[in-house]
Amino acid sequence: MGYVPVKGGTQAIDASIKRLTYERLKGQEILEIKTILSTMGSMVDQVMSESSLYSPELAALAIKQGEGSMEEAVFLMRAHRSTLPRHYYSETVEVETMLVERRISASFKDIPGGQLLGATYDYTHRLLDFGMMEENAEVNRKWLQDYRDSLSVIQSGQEVVYFPKVVDYLREEGLFETFEPDNAQPTDVTKQSLQFPTTRSARLQVMTRGQTGAVTSFGYASLRGYGEVHPTVGEVRVGKVPIYTAHPNKTDLDPEDQFYIGEIRITEVESFVPVTVKNTNNEDALEFEIGYGVCYGQNETKAIAMSILDQCLEHPNTEFPTHDEEFVLLHIDSVESTGFISHLKLPHYVTFQSKLDSIRQVKKEGTAVES
Amino acid sequence: MRANTHFAFFDEGSKKEIRRATLKAVAIPGYQVPFASREMPIARGWGTGGLQLTLSLIGQSDVLKVIDQGADESVNAVSIKKLVQETTGVQLTDQTENADLIQSRHRIPEVPLTKDQILILQVPIPEPLRPVEASEYKTKRMHAEDDYSGAWLMLFEQIVKYGKTATYADHPVYVNGRYVMAPSPIPRFDNPKMHHSEALILLGAGREKKIYAVPPYTAVESLAFDDYPFAVESFNGQGCRLCGTGDVFLDELIDQETGKTVYQCNDTSYCMDQLNSKEKVGVTSSYA
Repeated sequence: MGYVPVKGGTQAIDASIKRLTYERLKGQEILEIKTILSTMGSMVDQVMSESSLYSPELAALAIKQGEGSMEEAVFLMRAHRSTLPRHYYSETVEVETMLVERRISASFKDIPGGQLLGATYDYTHRLLDFGMMEENAEVNRKWLQDYRDSLSVIQSGQEVVYFPKVVDYLREEGLFETFEPDNAQPTDVTKQSLQFPTTRSARLQVMTRGQTGAVTSFGYASLRGYGEVHPTVGEVRVGKVPIYTAHPNKTDLDPEDQFYIGEIRITEVESFVPVTVKNTNNEDALEFEIGYGVCYGQNETKAIAMSILDQCLEHPNTEFPTHDEEFVLLHIDSVESTGFISHLKLPHYVTFQSKLDSIRQVKKEGTAVES
Repeated sequence: MRANTHFAFFDEGSKKEIRRATLKAVAIPGYQVPFASREMPIARGWGTGGLQLTLSLIGQSDVLKVIDQGADESVNAVSIKKLVQETTGVQLTDQTENADLIQSRHRIPEVPLTKDQILILQVPIPEPLRPVEASEYKTKRMHAEDDYSGAWLMLFEQIVKYGKTATYADHPVYVNGRYVMAPSPIPRFDNPKMHHSEALILLGAGREKKIYAVPPYTAVESLAFDDYPFAVESFNGQGCRLCGTGDVFLDELIDQETGKTVYQCNDTSYCMDQLNSKEKVGVTSSYA
């Protein structure tokens, strides 16, 4: 049945979708949601981050349904997100209260509180582990048991200690400006369309839900020379932060009345960027500023790239694409960019026919002039 | 599907190609020689350029030292050492004078190097003109035309703005009076160590696919004006809190108990040496 004459499209689509199902089932293996949850953590984190929906289970389902395609998984999650009502806004998250799993500084050797490597691929060698081709559940159980036994001899501290922020030390020295917290209601980019020039809260939201690869690329471009920001990472921390909401019917703002609604795991980055500022005598002086990045789950590359772009966009500069907020913010969204690129696969018969006609006419006239 | 790793990871053809680029780099001091940089088992930007040089040069009898930010025990140094040793079985050392290959990130050791040693520096951004020109095509032409006005202008603008030059690490240098070169992000403190160095200095940038070199006894001058001379980092006359040395590059640390700033040798193996020799003197004198 032909596709072009439109008729028969219904049957063609049915057959195509059936074929898709066949491709997923033909190997006769079933990937369990729990398998994705326990072994594909970083993919789950990326999908949650890019879809602005914190739900590991749904992200795993989306990954399964999308057969591992990030593009599909994020698409599915965002579409699902549209069906959910927004009930509340949380109170400001106090990142200082994070239960830190990993915390490193590339600026100072001995940061107060110390460096905590946590789980990271950073110091592994990327050599294919052929042993994984025949992993054995029994061996894994034994490894787990040994690991847990080795941990049991380590004594935990009696009280919970929070890690101080590296930047606080430099603030005391006057190398960073101290700002009053901006408690203005942030723009919600899912409820309002972006207007330019935009606000920092909107920029940070668009970047945190931006496509990991795109955010990374633009951040990299700034580092390489197509931008002016090349920071030193002050602090990267990964861990869980508690989320609270205010009592919906009470107007007084007693923190005691807030509801704890759970915790989310995030990556937070503060980058230090030297900038030129005017001092009190109106002379140019050098000072540090912070580039900020945060995203769901553990995705340090994206959070660092976001911190670079945050600084870039704080300092607009038409010379560099990475300092142009329209250029960056309008192009990093996964659903928008992949959607419009893939629309090129749709029929363009009418527009192309029209283009063809134009080109033929121009060519004809051209030859007429020549002869 | 299983594969055993070759000696020093690379196949012999790859090593040969890298050595050939290295020879060209030595022949044209400071000139950035493009090479077919390989994907390595460590991340781009974590020292793959240096690692490729090390692996292409190393032989079974070599003794290797790897430092990162002055420390032999720094995470990245440990990781690189582990990889080279696993694929070659060479001997490792922390002692600068015992090594014949020294791969380093961001530092030149405090102990002067000798003609029997090769220093390999990891380079993130080999192009000294990158801050003034984003395009690779254009910077290459500027090098060819000996057009370094952009680099000079950068320094001049800093003087106009801040009253002095305000470069950080990676202060550009003139090599052999011809090419302006990024000395890898070594502190300005280490720039003079490149001048007439007895050891061969090789610089490798894996991500940017460039190899360049400072051959032994080559002139290396930091860019500066007569009336605004080049200056190295200052540490307010402080000395190392452990060994007391003052004329070395120091780390600024925060004492967690007192909250005060303290200083310590950045080159950890040098500091250890100083402490050991003091200890020895102490022991001998007490026995005497």
